[in-house]
Amino acid sequence: MDINEIIKPENLVYSKPTLLNDNTMHYCPGCSHGVVHKLIAEIVEEMGMTQDTIAVSPVGCAVFAYNYVDVDWIEAAHGRAPAVATAAKRLNPNKLVFTYQGDGDLAAIGTAETIHACNRGENITIIFINNGIYGMTGGQMAPTTLEGMVTATCPYGRTPELNGYPLHISELVAKLAGACYVTRQSVHNVAAIRKAKKAIRQGFENSMAKKGTSLIEIVSTCNTGWKMSPDKANAWMEEHMFAEYPMGDLKNV
Amino acid sequence: MNACAPGKMQYNDNYKGKHNMSEEVKLMKGNEAIAHAAIRYGADGYFGYPITPQSEVMETLMALKPWEDTGMVVLQAESEVAAINMVYGGASCGKAVMTSSSSPGVSLKQEGISYCAGAELPCLVVNVMRGGPGLGTIQPSQADYFQATKGGGHGDYHLIVLAPASVQEMADFVGLGFDLAFKYRNPAMILADGVIGQMMEKVVLPPYRPRRTEEEIRKTMPWATQGRTPDRERNVITSLELDPAIMEQRNIKLQATYRRIEENEIRYEKLNCEGADYLMVAFGSMARICQKTIELAAAEGIKLGLLRPITLWPFPYAAINETAKGKKGVLVAELNAGQMIEDVKLAVNCSLPVEHFGRLGGIVPSPDEVLAAIKEKLM
Repeated sequence: MDINEIIKPENLVYSKPTLLNDNTMHYCPGCSHGVVHKLIAEIVEEMGMTQDTIAVSPVGCAVFAYNYVDVDWIEAAHGRAPAVATAAKRLNPNKLVFTYQGDGDLAAIGTAETIHACNRGENITIIFINNGIYGMTGGQMAPTTLEGMVTATCPYGRTPELNGYPLHISELVAKLAGACYVTRQSVHNVAAIRKAKKAIRQGFENSMAKKGTSLIEIVSTCNTGWKMSPDKANAWMEEHMFAEYPMGDLKNV
Repeated sequence: MNACAPGKMQYNDNYKGKHNMSEEVKLMKGNEAIAHAAIRYGADGYFGYPITPQSEVMETLMALKPWEDTGMVVLQAESEVAAINMVYGGASCGKAVMTSSSSPGVSLKQEGISYCAGAELPCLVVNVMRGGPGLGTIQPSQADYFQATKGGGHGDYHLIVLAPASVQEMADFVGLGFDLAFKYRNPAMILADGVIGQMMEKVVLPPYRPRRTEEEIRKTMPWATQGRTPDRERNVITSLELDPAIMEQRNIKLQATYRRIEENEIRYEKLNCEGADYLMVAFGSMARICQKTIELAAAEGIKLGLLRPITLWPFPYAAINETAKGKKGVLVAELNAGQMIEDVKLAVNCSLPVEHFGRLGGIVPSPDEVLAAIKEKLM
């Protein structure tokens, strides 16, 4: 059989979303970011929102998200994405505005902005990549780092005496009246990716329907920071991260 | 006088608002004038956080409810940090957005201001200065001159800094500040002090001007994040560039903008300088005090002139040098321990004595204290 027989349009079962461009990603092999970027590109395209999307990228590994997804991007200062998105949405109420943030950005330096944007019920979606570590700066402890987990700044393992406890941002946000949808997902296998896509789409639809703030936490791997192979990182995440951060909806109103 | 016109606000008969379309003469505080002028300019958004002595800016905006009329967004943020980052977000979308605060709050905003400068975002920041350092005092001061004119945040950048000396200029400089910010894609600052913010004067408020439509923003600001259309690449607002060769080019471009601003936008006012024996240089409320000092001195047969920088950056170096020629000395009067005096000394380059008079910690001096300082230090 000739290759051209196979690639006929009627045989096409999958293609790269057109909003995901061909720039070489800087993410490590095994990282969850690329999958989530792809889901966002698919959803924005499927919703027909390309011309009306304003995305806000963080400081951290995803700072360069703007290099890969072909929508307009604002790169925010560390932790300030929800404040940046607040203004972008209030001044452009008919646009789709979302932030894309890691756990250091969102749950440490940006905690105030996160809590208050959600509490005001800003009509934005916050996509929260939680891999329990600072990836970009070389694997330091995050607020979400598990007890006992070894990082560059807790080289003997995180201890509550020294560092406190893993911070559960989604549980906090779910208590806020302004948040309409808070869910925790992952992208480590096909079933999880499908569920995560559905969740992000619901967040975006909530934003356009002005239902309040949606926070989609994606529990993710950082196999480089965790010093594991990608498959070991996935297994470790299922065993340890999911125990601390259980999957599923925390709020959906 | 190289004076600033009252903004470039023009009547537009397309505006369908409920307000009086024409100029209005009112008696109000400087802070209130900022709020009224912002709505009339057609500002899209104000983001603030309460701090004395400038809280009337947001209070006035909230009372006027412009969102019901012009559609202007007014939002009380959770912090000064959040407020300046809301400004960053709004300015990224090509909107005319502003924030206001006072000294400790403006210190908190410095990171965001640096990001706005780095990303070439037009916006307006108002600082109604109070005494520092630290929490300091709520009384008036001009001790943030260095912070406003020499950078404030990190990196090589400049703000366009306007120093109002009256309630009228508080109103006028909102329009002027926005116009300059958009002309050069650079943040502008109104550097007022607690006296100008709190005092009441007659003010002519400019006519209303409509807010820019999305179509106008897309046309005049093709860099703005309004959503990617098929005819262009995605827009990215960022101050980040990891390749030092490209980052140097970005810095060179910023520096070129600053040189253009220096060439075109220096503003100052001269009072009684012809034939004066001594020159005073002062800005803001201190310049108002020095006006009275000129009268007091004249009664004693002492001829004083005053040069009032209106733009603190770009600074009127050449005008000061020219005006100081033939004088017996210069007194720089400031509500601080000696900040602008450094620029005045650079301007005259040791060609004549330059002395400083300042009060600290929120004390506002009387005109005869300034006169006494001239007698003591220069005569």
